[in-house]
Amino acid sequence: MTVTAVRKDPDRLTLTVEAEFDASVERIWQLWADPRQLERWWGPPAYPATFTKHDLAPGGRVEFHMTGPTGDQSHGYWDVLEVEPPSRILLRDGCAADGTPLTDMPINTIRVGIEEIAQGRARMSIEIVFPNTEAMEKVLAMGTEEGLSQAVGQIDAILAVETIRH
Amino acid sequence: MVVSVQTALPDFDPLFAALADHTRRDIVRRAISAEEGVLELAGHYPMSFAAVQKHVAVLERAGLITKRRVGRRRVVRTNLEALLVARRLLDQYEELWRARIDRMNELIAETAGAIDTGAKKESQR
Repeated sequence: MTVTAVRKDPDRLTLTVEAEFDASVERIWQLWADPRQLERWWGPPAYPATFTKHDLAPGGRVEFHMTGPTGDQSHGYWDVLEVEPPSRILLRDGCAADGTPLTDMPINTIRVGIEEIAQGRARMSIEIVFPNTEAMEKVLAMGTEEGLSQAVGQIDAILAVETIRH
Repeated sequence: MVVSVQTALPDFDPLFAALADHTRRDIVRRAISAEEGVLELAGHYPMSFAAVQKHVAVLERAGLITKRRVGRRRVVRTNLEALLVARRLLDQYEELWRARIDRMNELIAETAGAIDTGAKKESQR
């Protein structure tokens, strides 16, 4: 079991997830610090993320987009507030249109903490604070869309095979 | 694409705003048993009847409680379904992060030994 604790506070609109890995703190840090590794886990398989800018430093900016099976893209960015390699990141996660932040779109705060709990074993905690339910809906709407697109993509693939057979 | 999906979703803001107050959360808890009217509820709090009435009105607008006539009284009853919506939103977001952590784990397993930190781990054995 990788995820060791989940705390949900509907009153404070906060979700905290804790996970433990058989890896060093530095290895976990690379998952965030290396954009090529970020691309492997940020988006689901049917909606892979591409990081086009990655300045993980205080005041820095990270830009990415996720591409769906039909070529549709949704853009996002992080405003990096605090960074302490290899153990701490505080960022604000928002939506963008071609790299320009959508200021009318809500932004949520993500706090990442990585600590060693034993030799070669590390704990990562992620706390997400939503400013309002609109922010939550937005992210969840994307999730739903991803799920739907994934299903639609599979149907498309099956239909394509059928077409070739005929 | 996302915007069109978003507009199709119900507006949950009044729900969370209603739950953001301690007294209102307490009213929601008490009204689960659906035994008391506004007057009886007001007796539990060190504030005026009008103030409690206002809290009840906020909860009613958010769909968290309903008033139901029982004989000659109107009792306040919690709408459990609305309460579960807040919970469900966080549940869905939890799933999103669980999937991300699974992918992190796969990535770590895949690259173990192939990168510097992995090599270091090997040499320590």
